Amino acid sequence: MSVVLDVENLKTHFHTEYGLVKAVDGISFNIDQGEIIGLVGESGCGKSVSILSVMQLIQTPGEIVDGKVMFEGNDLLQHEANGPEMRAIRGRKMTMIFQEPMTSLNPVLTICRQMTEILELHLDMDRHSARERAIELLRMVGVPDAASRVDDYPHQFSGGMRQRVMIAMAISCNPMIIFADEPTTAVDVTTQAQLLELMKDLVTRLNTSLVIVTHNLGVVARYAQRIYVMYAGRIVESGLAEDIFDNPQHPYTVGLLNSVPRLGEKRGGRKLVPIYGLPPNLIDMPPTCAFLPRCTYKTEKCGKEPWPALRQVGDNHYISCYVDIRGKQ
Amino acid sequence: MSDDVKNGAPHVDAIGEATAPPKANEFKRIVRVFFGRKLYVIGFVIVVILILTAIFAPLIATHDPYSCDLAHKLEQPNKAHWLGTDSTGRDTYSRIIYGSQISLLIGFSAVFGSAVVGMLMGLAAAYFGGWVFALIMRFTDALMALPGIILVLLIAGLAGGGITVVIFALGFGGIAGQCRMMCGLALSVKQNDYVLAGRAMGMSSWRMMLTQIFPNAFPPIMVGITMGIGAVVLGEAGLSFLGIGVMPPVPSWGGMVNSGQRYLLKNPLLSLAPGVAIMLLVFGFNMVGDGIRDAVDPKLRGVI
Repeated sequence: MSVVLDVENLKTHFHTEYGLVKAVDGISFNIDQGEIIGLVGESGCGKSVSILSVMQLIQTPGEIVDGKVMFEGNDLLQHEANGPEMRAIRGRKMTMIFQEPMTSLNPVLTICRQMTEILELHLDMDRHSARERAIELLRMVGVPDAASRVDDYPHQFSGGMRQRVMIAMAISCNPMIIFADEPTTAVDVTTQAQLLELMKDLVTRLNTSLVIVTHNLGVVARYAQRIYVMYAGRIVESGLAEDIFDNPQHPYTVGLLNSVPRLGEKRGGRKLVPIYGLPPNLIDMPPTCAFLPRCTYKTEKCGKEPWPALRQVGDNHYISCYVDIRGKQ
Repeated sequence: MSDDVKNGAPHVDAIGEATAPPKANEFKRIVRVFFGRKLYVIGFVIVVILILTAIFAPLIATHDPYSCDLAHKLEQPNKAHWLGTDSTGRDTYSRIIYGSQISLLIGFSAVFGSAVVGMLMGLAAAYFGGWVFALIMRFTDALMALPGIILVLLIAGLAGGGITVVIFALGFGGIAGQCRMMCGLALSVKQNDYVLAGRAMGMSSWRMMLTQIFPNAFPPIMVGITMGIGAVVLGEAGLSFLGIGVMPPVPSWGGMVNSGQRYLLKNPLLSLAPGVAIMLLVFGFNMVGDGIRDAVDPKLRGVI
């Protein structure tokens, strides 16, 4: 499989009144064609900022200060954020599905208008064929009675249906990559499962890459092939989904997995262990590992050395930790 | 589920998402709310009558509003002159009928002009932020620091009356308000996810402003525009009353109130009749504005 997106050392900082917030501080990741990637981490660890940075949708006071986003042989960060090159990529080759289906659609335009707008903009379709295509897309994402519902306004749709519309809009131009920013957080569990199945099905058919940003480990466990775990603006562990779930190597990942129940667990009746403490304040971060204060595996060395770089611990499996926790769990 | 999707067939969920809500026609609902209150209907009727009067003035008027007839000056209402005549013998009724053309022309053009300019400035300020925002907002601050009437008097006085000057003067004074209103609304609309979603779909700045932000900020502006017409007509009447507005002999309601005041005791209708016309017009437009606000404001939905 070929790499469609290669992000290197991406840094996005926010200049706030209280100081410099390094929301994303040097992350690197790549996405293969047709691959489903999970980007996992707790709130405020920089997941959303990372993908917004890739699409250059960061607004002041945020600023992309360093890094490379290689896409189709070009570094996207060399393009002007709102210039014609980026606009031609956004919506056409990279699309995004947002967390809140309730607010992500423009309330004053019909679904039809919102969907045809993208088609007219990127594919130069005329109004009539764009409308036909919009209806076809709505059918693909399972909106019943699509031909008549296409003329409805967003408030006439339920949350799950709106998210389906968002998915339809995201796939409308056959993009290379779809970024889904917590796509199922705002809908109930049943709808969540349906939407994820739908997305998986669509990206498989269209051979599109999908990046699922979530704090829900269950979501990525089932659908993602590869997982990146983020903490305080950096990637702390990455690897194939099986590696991350069956053989986690970073103390943070271990902590995350210990804090959620799993179906069919061998050790029934296991007590859930929380990760004690709070995520660090992103202003004035210590030079050492950011997870250090909460880490249960820390050694003396951890307090003296800077944040560890990623090191390989297996095929495609990387962690950012000095400690070898194998056998200590 | 996957099979259904693959076939591209309409797919029905097990949990009942398939049942579409009853179709509600938003326009019909707005019309229903608007015409549900008597006061708004009265306002609407007044506005419609005024507009029809302006259009069909030559048919409705009984006399030429410009022709003087010194033999019949300062007459009390009678069969030939329903509202009497003024000091040069012109028919008051016909002058009021033709005056509606002037009032509505000035009202609509001044408000429309200031709304277009003000809204574009407000949109640009809110959307681009930074120095564009600073420049436009400081300009409106400066404009607002001058008392409205002084500004209008200044422009009208310097340029010396006439319909075009009145339109420009009153319109210019209205820019600041429209701009601030649009800017505030656009700033809050800009925070919505669908604006970010629009950017993520690759829309250009202009497209974003016109298709995403503007339609969502428009309803309150619409109310401002309708009420602005009343205010502008009042302003025109004031200017004409002071003698620097529409120049005689063009029939302007404000000018008629002014020229009639010398005969207030003997012939009060000369001032009263155009005064009532002004009042009706302002009342009508304010009611329509209120009605539109009540009908389109989602917060008042179900309350009224």
